[in-house]
Amino acid sequence: MSARNSLLIGLALLVLLALAPVDLNDIGVPYPGLRRYGTYILTLWLVTAIAAMGVNLIVGYAGQETLAQAAFVGIGAYLTAIVTKAGVPFGVAFAASGLLTFVIGIALGFPALRVQKHYLAFVTLAFSVLCWLVFRNEQWITGGVMGIRDIERPSFLGWPLRNHIRFYWFVLGITSIMTFVLWWIVRSPWGRAFTALRENPLRAESLGVDVRLYTLLAFALGSAYGGMAGSLYAPLVEFIDPSPFALGPSLLFMLMVVIGGSGTFLGPFVGAGIAVLLPEWLRAWETWYLLIYAVLVMVMMAFFPSGIVGLATRLLARKARS
Amino acid sequence: MTDFLQLLISGLATGAIYALAAIGFTLLWQTSQTINFAQGEFVMVPAFLALIAMRWFGVPFVASLVLAILASMLLLGVAFRYVVVGPLIRRGVLPLVISTIALSILLKESVKDFYSAEAQTFPTLLPDTLITVAGVSVSLAQLGVLAVALVTIVLLQWFLAGTRTGRQMQATAQNPTVARILGVPVERMILYTFLINAALAAMASLLVSPIYLAKFSNGETLGLIAFVAAIVGGFNQVRGAIAGGLLIGVLDNLAAAYVSTAYRQAIPLILLVLVILFRPQGLLGRREERAV
Repeated sequence: MSARNSLLIGLALLVLLALAPVDLNDIGVPYPGLRRYGTYILTLWLVTAIAAMGVNLIVGYAGQETLAQAAFVGIGAYLTAIVTKAGVPFGVAFAASGLLTFVIGIALGFPALRVQKHYLAFVTLAFSVLCWLVFRNEQWITGGVMGIRDIERPSFLGWPLRNHIRFYWFVLGITSIMTFVLWWIVRSPWGRAFTALRENPLRAESLGVDVRLYTLLAFALGSAYGGMAGSLYAPLVEFIDPSPFALGPSLLFMLMVVIGGSGTFLGPFVGAGIAVLLPEWLRAWETWYLLIYAVLVMVMMAFFPSGIVGLATRLLARKARS
Repeated sequence: MTDFLQLLISGLATGAIYALAAIGFTLLWQTSQTINFAQGEFVMVPAFLALIAMRWFGVPFVASLVLAILASMLLLGVAFRYVVVGPLIRRGVLPLVISTIALSILLKESVKDFYSAEAQTFPTLLPDTLITVAGVSVSLAQLGVLAVALVTIVLLQWFLAGTRTGRQMQATAQNPTVARILGVPVERMILYTFLINAALAAMASLLVSPIYLAKFSNGETLGLIAFVAAIVGGFNQVRGAIAGGLLIGVLDNLAAAYVSTAYRQAIPLILLVLVILFRPQGLLGRREERAV
């Protein structure tokens, strides 16, 4: 697909998404919009998708494994909650969340990537558990298991975002910008180096690609996407405690990206959609949804390891040929 | 000093259990490049198989331990090899990583939904009688755990180094292509590895559950410790996994006594980070050469 076409499709999707929660009956379209909870779920999907885009950059493009994305989301969420409560503007907290998680990404990735493959997985696994311990134990700053409540939603250029639809538009705006940035990175020479890395690291290295530097930057940037997603998550749910940032949720981030289709641009959005919506749809089954999800993932890996987007692309290509 | 000795012995006992789980993890990695993210759940499940045999079918205690080991070899060995790993082994490591993560969720949720979400007491073979030698008191149960685990490890080492099948397994681990050319039945050796891993995990499960109770979420901590032990000791060495397991067991017990209990879990993780920083091939490991 040409760059122009994908931009146009992206813009059309953006308009549809912006209108999704709005009651259109006033302008003659028989569409009732979404209720408060529906809009909340849609916003949660966008926030999850930002963090999943980060995982996709690390897993799908740089060919590494990260098991700490939920911990990075947690760092962003706690940082934002704590400093905005102290009166720091949201914009500063958002930037600080991205910067801090980027720096931590460099610090974790540098030693891990010196060694062979998969060590990043183990280092991030350890980091994830350590972060959770800090969130839970350091009550003086994180509130421990009681968490932090009444996190204020920010205002944007003097426009208060307390209303759920306004906050949704705000998150949608940020998601679009971050999606565009990632799309640009993946298409730039920098991004093409990633693809070279994933396809054949040794050949990429012999052609002069600095494998370690690129992988390190991909990991740090992907982690920063997690931190910034966390910075939006805190004002969205208005209450944070350690449980959504434990090891389990970090593993779920890996699963959702691979299910959606790792290394494909839309994969994280599809995967995040499934991860956010599935518990809602399977609510009647209560705790069983994780069981069903786990079986789906295993079947998927056995038959369609390229994920839903990969499968859809293949089916579309077959249709176009016949 | 006597306190320290007591902690050292109980640390060695839990460490020997961790070593069992870590050895299985290392063996799987060596022979089939399978990073098993469900290893912790493999150590959690067999205790519940024994509980099911005892409570649902009224099987006597010792018989249900044997049954649990056999059922684990079937379920976590043969079925894991052919149903989960089989279709994925040629697809590279990432799908396998994802699939074993999903398997860990599946096992954990199954135990929670079909058995119980509560921690279960688990009977022990040896009584908790204390023996005091020169002021150091050790429970008989701890000595029993240490003895069983050490005998298992020695038997395994003898099997790997001293028997024809064991040497064929090592050949498969080191270079499957050459092993195949030399007439080693590589497929069967890989299956044996999965069986041994399941049996070791089952042993670890039956030894650890009387100490820590059997609970569906136990796999999270146990799995983490098995990874850390395997990497700290040296990912490509069975004796590395043994040393790593013992070291972490001792450190863990000392940390619980001398450092805060809130950060007890952090000690093995910090050790892992230090090892990756300063001795990435592990304490006993060899550097791996990369082939182009």
